Amino acid sequence: MKRTLLALALPLLAACGGDRASGDGLSGSILVDGSSTVAPLSEAVAEEFMIANPGVRVTVGTSGTGGGFAKFFRGETDISDASRPVKPDEVAGGYDFIELPVAYDGIAIVTNPGNDFVECLTVEELRAIWAPGSTVSDWSQVRAGFPGRPLTLYGAGTDSGTYDYFTEAVGGEEGASRADFTASEDDNVLVQGVAGDPGALGFIPLAYYEANQDKLRLLGVDDGSGCVAAGAATVQDGSYTPLSRPIFIYVRADRTTDPAVRAFVAFYLDNAAPLAPEVGYVPLSAEAYAAARERFAAGTTGSVFAGGSQVGVTIEDLLRREGASDSTSAP
Amino acid sequence: MPTAAPDFDAPDFDERVAARKRRSLVLAAALFLATLFGILVLVTLLVDVFLKGLPWLDLGFLDSYPSRIPERAGIKSALVGSLWVMGLTALLAVPVGVASAVFLEEYAPRSWIFRAIQVNIANLAGVPSVLYGILGLALFVRFFGLGRSLLAGSITMALLVLPVLIIATQEALRAVPSGLRESAYALGATRWQVVWGHLLPVAAPGILTGVILALSRAIGETAPLIMIGAFSFVAFLPASVMDSFTVLPIQIFNWTARPQVAFQGLAAAAIVVLMVLLFTMNLSAILLRNHFERHRGG
Amino acid sequence: MSIPRPFPLSPTPPLSLSQPMDLAQQHPLAEMDPEHPRDTPAVDLTANVFRSPKERAIAAALGACAMLSVVTTLGIAGVLVYESLAFFAEVSPLQFLTETEWTPQFVDPQYGVLPLVSGTLLITVIAAAVALPLGLMSAIYIAEYAPARVRKVLKPGLELLAGVPTVVYGYFALTFVTPLLQQLIPALSIYNALSAGLVVGVMILPMVASLSEDALRAVPRTLADGAYALGATKVEVVLRVLVPGALSGIVASFILALSRAIGETMIVTLAAGATPRLTLDPTASVQTMTAFIVQVSLGDTPAGSTVFHSLFAVGLLLFLLTLGMNLLANAVIRRFQERY
Repeated sequence: MKRTLLALALPLLAACGGDRASGDGLSGSILVDGSSTVAPLSEAVAEEFMIANPGVRVTVGTSGTGGGFAKFFRGETDISDASRPVKPDEVAGGYDFIELPVAYDGIAIVTNPGNDFVECLTVEELRAIWAPGSTVSDWSQVRAGFPGRPLTLYGAGTDSGTYDYFTEAVGGEEGASRADFTASEDDNVLVQGVAGDPGALGFIPLAYYEANQDKLRLLGVDDGSGCVAAGAATVQDGSYTPLSRPIFIYVRADRTTDPAVRAFVAFYLDNAAPLAPEVGYVPLSAEAYAAARERFAAGTTGSVFAGGSQVGVTIEDLLRREGASDSTSAP
Repeated sequence: MPTAAPDFDAPDFDERVAARKRRSLVLAAALFLATLFGILVLVTLLVDVFLKGLPWLDLGFLDSYPSRIPERAGIKSALVGSLWVMGLTALLAVPVGVASAVFLEEYAPRSWIFRAIQVNIANLAGVPSVLYGILGLALFVRFFGLGRSLLAGSITMALLVLPVLIIATQEALRAVPSGLRESAYALGATRWQVVWGHLLPVAAPGILTGVILALSRAIGETAPLIMIGAFSFVAFLPASVMDSFTVLPIQIFNWTARPQVAFQGLAAAAIVVLMVLLFTMNLSAILLRNHFERHRGG
Repeated sequence: MSIPRPFPLSPTPPLSLSQPMDLAQQHPLAEMDPEHPRDTPAVDLTANVFRSPKERAIAAALGACAMLSVVTTLGIAGVLVYESLAFFAEVSPLQFLTETEWTPQFVDPQYGVLPLVSGTLLITVIAAAVALPLGLMSAIYIAEYAPARVRKVLKPGLELLAGVPTVVYGYFALTFVTPLLQQLIPALSIYNALSAGLVVGVMILPMVASLSEDALRAVPRTLADGAYALGATKVEVVLRVLVPGALSGIVASFILALSRAIGETMIVTLAAGATPRLTLDPTASVQTMTAFIVQVSLGDTPAGSTVFHSLFAVGLLLFLLTLGMNLLANAVIRRFQERY
């Protein structure tokens, strides 16, 4: 038994010594958690940041936007990833936060590559398919002329900001949808599902479509002014509506005294532009990032989205608004 | 089949015997094929994993952290995390497990309480690992406030392997010839002297084998650690028992769930590393057992 | 021996000399002649030998360790029951057990657990169809037919199969078995019960084989030899003498393997899907009880919400199911075991 313990101890000793040396100066740990949509971007930023600052340990979790906020306002995390703005009734616990948009994301409507009879769906058709209590179960019921093929639905789970934004944008009411689709917080599960299922239709973050273009067929969305396909250009110039949206990080105001946190957020805002396209997102405009940097430097707390997700407002306008709600005025 | 005394003079006796022998042969072939099925699946699995994983397996893979870029990604944090968890689990589970087994075999009076504890341990061995994860989440992560730390994970894993360890140690103790106990007691040794000075040294190889097998089970377990919250992006090595961590099975789970083909290859490579680790542990258990059995003269 | 034997397949041996002997009671010098006590030393040495404070402390410490197993069981049961009570305050147990829709995370949540149970059952039945016959046949082959050289390869092979981590099986199910099956059954969706069920079957096969083999070996040779002497062929000896003689052990091994299949998590999480659905269709995507528990904990619903508590209610159901099956296996052994 002694020998087993000794054998086990050796790798532990080796590991203790051989980790990232913290001679750089910056050290500490930063806990990031929240949306699985924003996570790839946060992970990319964290990865590069840790290479530059070996003494800091950043963990990125994927509890979902709602789950992330719950932990954030219990003081368990430092930064919350969110694919939608925080709701007033989620704010709790007396923690002030700084709201920072970091990129745009489009929600892509995708189907199995074998369904080449469809190129575009209107917002009304999407609403009819996804409404609560909807019984649409076949492609022929979606539009006259479509073949009879069973329709199976895939989408983000209810804990996900993607789900909240999609239901708000398509159905007009956040959180209201039919219940019999494959719901998963893990977007990889959705990609696999749509790719492997002949009659599948799903909504996934644009990032996950762009990473799996060979497996999925992208459908355009027509909100009345023509069919627009999701893509970096159409998201940034606002023509892909209503399914493009900003994604955010929320930083705890009391943690900005930690130099590691300050450095990480600054690094995030400086590097989101080059890293976003790498993970499939659309960068904000340069002035938007500048405004965000100012907001962080000033420590402006509170959210500009007092009423929930705002469809169709530009980020630059929003950032110039002062925070309308923060923890001290929360009900 | 003849139920009365065989009538050797019946006209079809020889044919019936031949038919029975044929049936016997057919069944033998079927049994062989059935057994072969399991082995065949195992070989297919190993070959598939090796073919997909070997291109990704190099020293860089062992020394890099997980990354969004497949070429850069590696299992350093997962491998070290697994070794940490194994080490801590052993540290926690082995003393408690051996002590429990010693108590049950040597000290406990054979009453209904004893029987209840034995049944309880046997049942615990069969409880799904995800329920241990629930216990760990509710008790260690939340109630005791240990958070998603190495300590919470290791305590949970220790509870998981404890029943198996206790049963294996009990069997090892039972295998010690009773003459050894009798002579020690006859010479006036106390119970603890008998246990510590005579029984444990003799049962040690069996206990060691049990420990290694229990740990090899621990290293492959995923569900309890997912419940604890080890499922996140961890690109550093834990420096203390309260740090976040990740382990090989969770990294494999993470990569397998991604649709990109490159990550499937990475998952296969990580599986190869895990299987090599398991193989080494099991091989050392077998070698140790053989070595000690030879020395003791069987 | 990587497959734990949770129960003794042979009847428990009679109290052996490994029992602690209380020699103090039988010490010959203690009570030779009460009327003429010899020079007893001032201190009763035998009392110190077995009842010294040190010995008692050690015994207490060891006993405390053994109690930890009881504490663990109480802990698991306690956590599950405590949090489930919060759940059952919101959702009636009758509703939980009988309704057929499980949509806890949606706007109008439904909490009927039957879809999850049917998912688990579907996977278990498919696994049983694979593992029980093939496992028993492997056991018979290894116990009775295999020549020594072949057995030396087959036994470790099966033990190796038992030692493969379940996440590796999950990988295998998703990346090898499902594409293979999709070629045979084009309508198969990528997440389906068939793939997961088959692989769970392969996972529990060694357990059935190993425990059944032990049971077969426990049947005395004399019975088999007697049958051979009467002119029986090998298949007749096996099917009419050995298997019936080992039946209790074989049945118990079946029950234990099924219990393991019910509690399996990683294979079904990776390969079976995330759609709770009350169906018997193996080509559809389903969700099992264990996969639901993992899904909720991955998404980390806020503590205190009904969805979070539903995790514990499902866990409680799982616990009672597997516990019930394990106790049943024990009972089968005790009740029906042949004593030779």
